[in-house]
Amino acid sequence: MPSPYLPNTDADRRTMLREVGVGSIEELFQDIPEEVRHAQFKLPRPLSEVELKKELSQLAGRNASLDNYACFLGAGSYRHFIPSTVEHVIGRSEFYTAYTPYQAEVSQGTLQATYEYQSLACQLTGMEVSNAGMYDCSTAAAEAAIMACMITRRGKIAVSSTVNPAHRDVIKTYVQARGFSIETAELNSGISSDSACLVVQHPNFLGYLEEVEACVQKAHDGGALLIAIVDPISLGMLKPPGQYGADIAVADGQALGNPMSFGGPGLGIFACRREYLRQMPGRIVGKTVDVAGKPGYVMTLVTREQYIRRERATSNICTSEALMALAAAVYLAALGKTGLRHVAELCYHKAHYAAERVAKLNGYSLAFSKPFFNEFAVRCPAAPSRISHALFNEGIIGGLDISHMTDNAMLLCVTEMNTKQEIDKLVEILGRF
Amino acid sequence: MSHHYLLPDISQPGKIGCSLPALDVPPAELPPRELLRQELELPEVSEVELVRYFTALSKLNYGVDTGFYPLGSCTMKYNPKWHEDIARLAGFASIHPLQPEESVQGALQLMFELQEYLAEITGMDATSLVPIAGAHGEFAGLLLVRAYHQHRGDRVRKKILLTDSSHGTNPASAVMCGFEIDVVASDSEGNVDMKNLESMMNDEVAALTLTMPTTLGLFDPQILEISRLVHERGGLLGADGANLNAFLGRVKFGELGYDYVQLNLHKSFSTPHGGGGPGSGPVCVKENLSDFLPSPLVTGSNGTYKLMSPAKSIGRVASFYGNFSVMCKAYAYIRSLGAEGLKEASENAVLNANYLKEKLKPYYHLPYDRTCMHEVVFSGRWQKAKGVHTVDIAKRLLDYGLHPPTVYFPLIVDEALMIEPTETESKQTLDAFVEAMKEIAREVEENPEILHTAPHNTPVRRLDDVRAARNPDLRWQMRS
Repeated sequence: MPSPYLPNTDADRRTMLREVGVGSIEELFQDIPEEVRHAQFKLPRPLSEVELKKELSQLAGRNASLDNYACFLGAGSYRHFIPSTVEHVIGRSEFYTAYTPYQAEVSQGTLQATYEYQSLACQLTGMEVSNAGMYDCSTAAAEAAIMACMITRRGKIAVSSTVNPAHRDVIKTYVQARGFSIETAELNSGISSDSACLVVQHPNFLGYLEEVEACVQKAHDGGALLIAIVDPISLGMLKPPGQYGADIAVADGQALGNPMSFGGPGLGIFACRREYLRQMPGRIVGKTVDVAGKPGYVMTLVTREQYIRRERATSNICTSEALMALAAAVYLAALGKTGLRHVAELCYHKAHYAAERVAKLNGYSLAFSKPFFNEFAVRCPAAPSRISHALFNEGIIGGLDISHMTDNAMLLCVTEMNTKQEIDKLVEILGRF
Repeated sequence: MSHHYLLPDISQPGKIGCSLPALDVPPAELPPRELLRQELELPEVSEVELVRYFTALSKLNYGVDTGFYPLGSCTMKYNPKWHEDIARLAGFASIHPLQPEESVQGALQLMFELQEYLAEITGMDATSLVPIAGAHGEFAGLLLVRAYHQHRGDRVRKKILLTDSSHGTNPASAVMCGFEIDVVASDSEGNVDMKNLESMMNDEVAALTLTMPTTLGLFDPQILEISRLVHERGGLLGADGANLNAFLGRVKFGELGYDYVQLNLHKSFSTPHGGGGPGSGPVCVKENLSDFLPSPLVTGSNGTYKLMSPAKSIGRVASFYGNFSVMCKAYAYIRSLGAEGLKEASENAVLNANYLKEKLKPYYHLPYDRTCMHEVVFSGRWQKAKGVHTVDIAKRLLDYGLHPPTVYFPLIVDEALMIEPTETESKQTLDAFVEAMKEIAREVEENPEILHTAPHNTPVRRLDDVRAARNPDLRWQMRS
């Protein structure tokens, strides 16, 4: 059978070979040394759409899809409601089969949508400017840390001990590669005088809210920038980083209309003060006019970027997560001011309902008595892994086992997707231990 | 067609674009007021207005599904529709990365097998799927180089050599890994200048990164000699794998002497580019680098799959395990084509490029007149002599309803036009492109003004980049 993806017929190929002036396709590969020109490949035999769809549906079926399980797991990837409009918009192939919008005249869809995304990211974070998005929260935080080093001409990164350990690891990989160093900052101690920035997560990895204003004060007193890692859904009700004085705000935009997809793609939201605009990594879209005075959009400030500036670029980033940024824009527009606040409040109240009920169970207690948004750590009377196992058998994905950080603790996350019934069932099973 | 309004312009208080459930638990006390935001100004639009707005925007875009997209170095091949469906299966899309491993065995199996397939396709020993995009894979590859030399106790090798035709991400990634860079010249044939390489390849050089085929669309026949030289002098050889579409299923990077290669699943393996991502940039390595790979890898034995961190891992480079949904599509691509299908794909890609080369060379200057691989680079210097620049040619192509090639890259070709047709285009499409290019070449002679003022039929005409950069307008403002 001919391939559906190779439209040339044998007759076409013969004509084309003749036009090129060669006798066979083989001759086109003559520049490749003979001894390496005919490699052997051991790959499974090809399958048709019918066969492979069936096989892959079965493979997907071997995963416990959260469409069939109640989920109380967060810790960096979140199950939130995704309105169907999001999927339908990003499923338009004019969006998803386009390249990076180098040819602005035929890319106004992507460009204008990116301008909307940047605007919405600024509205949400309270920051002055946003780029078009980075890979994920952790690389956004890492590039923010490097940017802070460039701005302050200092080489040390202070990362709060309550930052997601995965994010801290990525920051470490990036900054050490560049020859900078990383240190852990405890809440009650100061930061070194040569720190470029203090990285704080709010709500933090353990769920509770940080004293962010004090953190900002601490950073600024030491001449350092404050980088805030935030949860975008929490910003439906919590004070945004722009308002408490953060210099750079980063977040994962997965929560805004993107499926978890086993951890990727995510979306690194990256917003900062306007004065740092020209040190920012990543694409930025700006509004301008065409020769006839009609408004339009272009990629701008490109002299920061690798394809113009090469080794002097602010980052190596090229392809990023444009389609996820589009999804985030559609999501934020679909929810709007009342919708996002409502979703944030659903998360907050349901999480507090769950926390209150769990804390009343024999042997359970909240690990921290601080305000939280929708994630909280509970100390359990048994090993969290044992409890999770029991939960799983009853159709529930339990929280993250953080017993290596706090004794027998489990980090639970509740979102608007969890019904009261699910929470009650969770509490009932926990009560068996 | 053009759009003069933005979301705030259609926003009206009291509207919403989706329905949400009511609270079904007793409300809790809110946190102290100083922790809360006082206002949240987001647009308020109904669902139909929202959908129409974004549908109208989509119509201002040009994608592979719209038409021919011969963007050199970007491999804009067709993206099979059903691969999208695979990535959207609930068992793949609705799984949390931190779920118990036993509840995601299907996902881990897919990743494990994809690691193996990519190692086989590149002739390498191990694969990390974590890097999110091509430049991210380059970054990871260079970190491996660094770790390799450091582990050997060699701290002198601080330089990365790259060629004057390399992608901009190559030097940018090297700097992000703390390396200095040095540039090796290309010779008059478009190959690496061996004398130049010979003189630069000293004990300060950690690696040579060399795209193969080069960004001139040419296979450098000296590759085995290059590899020998680099290794003899203690360096490593790395590939920016952006051009793998030239020899998929035919040649293995490992057999060419490469120590690592970074791939672009969103190019060679047919996953859509999304208007600028999501991509996926796996890095495949020989055994000498495999212990350093980013964390985590997927291991498998007796049908059970696990995540693990390699012994001397460079650490994490992303929050989780990479762009899993993109991996699903690339996996489907490899399984539906098989080894023979991949080879046929690259053969057709190379044939299509050579066909365009022959058809267009009477009309545009061909700086390297030899068999090309999957792409061909022309120069607009003949047209420049008539006062018409490559940018004008590109913009005029838009009037013909075609997406232009990559322009002004590689930097070593004056007024470059880099054309990559890919294998998924038919002879009829190529012929139509050739006709348009011939017509434009004629217009350069007869009516250059029409090129200077092009495009004429697009949603907007040439945009003022200078104004955009001088007075950056990067967002709308919305006030209550």
